[in-house]
Amino acid sequence: MNPVRKKRLFIVLAILAGFGIALALALSALQQNINLFYSPTQIANGEAPQGTRIRAGGMVEMGSVKRSGDSLETDFVVTDGVKSVTIRYSGILPDLFREGQGIVAMGKLDAQGLLVADEVLAKHDENYMPPEVMQALEQSGMKAQYQNGKQGGAE
Amino acid sequence: MNWTWFHKLGSPKWFYQISGSWLPWLAIAAGVLLTVGLVWGLAFAPADYQQGNSFRIIYIHVPAAFLAQSIYVMLAVAGVVGMVWKMKIADVAVQQAAPIGAWMTVIALVTGAIWGKPTWGTYWVWDARLTSMLILLFLYFGVIALAQAISNRDSAAKACAVLAIVGVINIPIIKYSVEWWNTLHQPASFSVIERPTMPVEMWLPLLIMVLGFYCFFGAVLLLRMRLEVLKREARSSWVRDEVTKTLNAEVVR
Repeated sequence: MNPVRKKRLFIVLAILAGFGIALALALSALQQNINLFYSPTQIANGEAPQGTRIRAGGMVEMGSVKRSGDSLETDFVVTDGVKSVTIRYSGILPDLFREGQGIVAMGKLDAQGLLVADEVLAKHDENYMPPEVMQALEQSGMKAQYQNGKQGGAE
Repeated sequence: MNWTWFHKLGSPKWFYQISGSWLPWLAIAAGVLLTVGLVWGLAFAPADYQQGNSFRIIYIHVPAAFLAQSIYVMLAVAGVVGMVWKMKIADVAVQQAAPIGAWMTVIALVTGAIWGKPTWGTYWVWDARLTSMLILLFLYFGVIALAQAISNRDSAAKACAVLAIVGVINIPIIKYSVEWWNTLHQPASFSVIERPTMPVEMWLPLLIMVLGFYCFFGAVLLLRMRLEVLKREARSSWVRDEVTKTLNAEVVR
């Protein structure tokens, strides 16, 4: 490579490195603001602001969903395996909402630490499989093992 | 290492001839792969156990998103070649690939929104993955706008190349956004080192679709670049020969 081209290549790489470092610093400073939601542990530690609308995300705890008999109000517990937060939502839940599913709820924390949500979004994982395979997993009792393995992998 | 092929690329005439021989093969491959992949993916691949049939939009969404990012990386590489080696064909490649990349980004965003409504419960959410993808679309718009707005060919090429190179920083951000931050978008289903998170009868049609999209991009890019090369070299003798040859063939037919 002749010296002129080499010099130009270095200039291009230097510009790229400069922008890269500047952006990396900006993004790491904004780390907390870019996160879409707070985990239950962060809420328990008081990292989430009180009195403003926040998003909380995590897994819906097994057996925690309580539907009210005469309205759309639903209470459920969202956990990240360490801490958990109770969420109250009144409205139609997305199709993928079920126990064991990851969700993100938006709402305000009240004084008791209950999150009154006005929006619930379902989060789905990166695993896809045909229904027959899932049935086979359930029948052989491998489902729990599969999901444990999946969670272990995700953490 | 032999670099003659690289320096040959600097010759518009050589590029025009070699691309003419690749074009039909790429077009045929794209047609076959896209037909097979679409029919297989939309009609024969099994439905997902949670999402049912709505998961099938993956066969459009993922290839478009792959391509949107790959095209931008290609833009940056061509930008470096154009800046450092002053190769005209690289400038042509940057300006001709940008609109295709913009369309792929639009397809990825729109199919993602359509997919998001039934599965997540919303068309749009400002999470890191979706936002960085939107920024990619605006970067493409920037490259297109610079190419159109600056009438001096060399200045336009330089401006486009700089934006393409600087903007490539967004690509790792898109890629790792789902790992660095809490997002609604799920992590990647595919990686080079691990096995895919879906059975073979689901990912094989997806692989075919991805390859089909790449072939389609190659064919459309070559077509657009050939036209642009003819326009730019309109006064040279080889273009005149080429055009008369084509016209004569038309007359005979």
